[in-house]
Amino acid sequence: MARAIVNPFRSPAERRNLLLGVIFASPWIIGFLVFTLIPLGSSLYYSFTRYDLLGDPVWIGLRNYNLLLTNDADFRVVMYNTLWWVLISSPLGVISAFLMALLLNTNILGRSIFRSVFFFPSIVPVVVTAFVWQFLLSTQYGAINGVLQGWGFPIIPFLANPAYVKPSLVLIHMWSQGSAMVIFLATLQDVPRTLYEAAEIDGANSWQRLWSVTVPMVSPVILFNLVMSLIGGFQNFTLPWLMTQGGPEKATEFYAIFLYRNAFQYLLMGKASALAWILFVIIVLFTVLVFRVSGRYTYYAGGGR
Amino acid sequence: MATQTSSQARSLALAKATTQSKGRLRKLGVTGLLTELLKYVVLLVLAASFILPFYWMASSALKNDNQIYTVPPIWLPSPALWNNFWDAWNTPSLNFNLYTYNTVVKYAIPAAFGTVLSSALVAYSFSRIRWIGRDTVFGLVLATIMIPSWVTIVPLFIIFKQLGWLNTFLPLVIPRFFGNAFFIFLLRQFFLTIPTELSDAAKIDGANEFQIMSRVILPLTKPALTVVALFAFMDAWNDYFAPLIYVNIDSQWVLALGVEKMRAAVYEMGNQQLAYPYLMAVSTLVTLPIFVAFFFAQRTFIEGISLTGIKG
Repeated sequence: MARAIVNPFRSPAERRNLLLGVIFASPWIIGFLVFTLIPLGSSLYYSFTRYDLLGDPVWIGLRNYNLLLTNDADFRVVMYNTLWWVLISSPLGVISAFLMALLLNTNILGRSIFRSVFFFPSIVPVVVTAFVWQFLLSTQYGAINGVLQGWGFPIIPFLANPAYVKPSLVLIHMWSQGSAMVIFLATLQDVPRTLYEAAEIDGANSWQRLWSVTVPMVSPVILFNLVMSLIGGFQNFTLPWLMTQGGPEKATEFYAIFLYRNAFQYLLMGKASALAWILFVIIVLFTVLVFRVSGRYTYYAGGGR
Repeated sequence: MATQTSSQARSLALAKATTQSKGRLRKLGVTGLLTELLKYVVLLVLAASFILPFYWMASSALKNDNQIYTVPPIWLPSPALWNNFWDAWNTPSLNFNLYTYNTVVKYAIPAAFGTVLSSALVAYSFSRIRWIGRDTVFGLVLATIMIPSWVTIVPLFIIFKQLGWLNTFLPLVIPRFFGNAFFIFLLRQFFLTIPTELSDAAKIDGANEFQIMSRVILPLTKPALTVVALFAFMDAWNDYFAPLIYVNIDSQWVLALGVEKMRAAVYEMGNQQLAYPYLMAVSTLVTLPIFVAFFFAQRTFIEGISLTGIKG
């Protein structure tokens, strides 16, 4: 990486390579400008306007932000729901993926079968996941309540009670962690055996080996999965949208659902853009915070990056 | 950057690990046996929690309106109404044949084609051509993974509306021709494993970069290109969100939207209790191709996922 800063147009060969490199990379460069950078800028502009798609955007300064942050009870509920979701579901999702990977990384028969079974739910269409779980958890027709009732338990309104609905969604989230699990598993298999052998010679038991060899060695991947999960968690939309439509009593009205309603149901494009930028800032702050805090605990074999 | 890992190194490590741990199994005491037993109990309980929802989905598809209700629930419906699959697929007011056509021909195939083409080009640039600033730009590519799609959704909708692209598949397909960060990363990893001597030899024979890419690199990385095509196809097949926003009229619905409209359609037919069996029948049919693809290409799926996520 340590390349001396030289005149980029030093030799004809370098000039030629730069040109070729940019030509080959141009789909991404153009796509980044057109589908990311310019929309990012225009959404910042729209966030200072009132715009319903019919007329022209009307500049209203900071009004959208002002109303949202100081005078919007819905926004506060949505913010609470979203932070609840991110703070609970992301760590639990990462932990469940990590534990499943640890289990699969031990010496077991039929590992590849178990791995496939654990992984499969994460590639199923989300529409299917949503409806199958809605059906399973239903109070009237659901298999889970059916079994519970058969054993003499009362019916649990998993999705109908505001107090239960978020934990129910967290369970479904933990259920579909196959991708993160596979990533963990691949990383676990890369941890050099010699480290475990050395730890064993030093008299470390399996618990100590887990905490002083495995966890430090895979910590960059834990961090990666956690960050991806946080970013995804802030944008959680499809599952609650299909299963509960934000209800009951707005208990699953998450940030992305609120944004979707404002943009595509109420056509408040200015307010929706302000929401988008607030979300962007929150996600950046969270990510930076996680990297800062984790810096002390994350081990990079290459000696930092 | 974290160390890059090749799949060969991983399978080697795996092979070593299994041979080494087999010896240890012999020395198990009573507590060791109990832990082993506990491990398999946990594994089986977990496996059941992953399999049973799908079993419930498929078996409920065969139920009639009485069997849907019972306590305790019926796990083996009898009589099994195999007709439900046919009837659900052909629900009046819905047209699942059309939605399948829309999903596959108008969305998934062009999306997969565009993704493979553009991601391969960009990955080639980031792995086989040495240009000044390359690593910085590649860092930027990886950083964009963190930009939430919700931040750009409003302006993109407005742009596509102004272009007159709403209710066509253009907003879903065209962006796929501009590379996807995950797949660029994945293909770059594969392209990096090919010795530079091969490109140099082709260069001496007078091949230009496009020819080196299409005649040397791409033929050698067919498995990786297949992974990308498969994942891109599946992303489109499973996609609910983009069609919800951009192509939400019934003549252009994709399968995900069709499944969502199923319940309302059954209610319209006047037999609301069939809503769940029908919903589960179409859900089963929509999941089936994914299941079959996964069944035959498990290794490909799992290696692909671990490669895109492997970097710390």
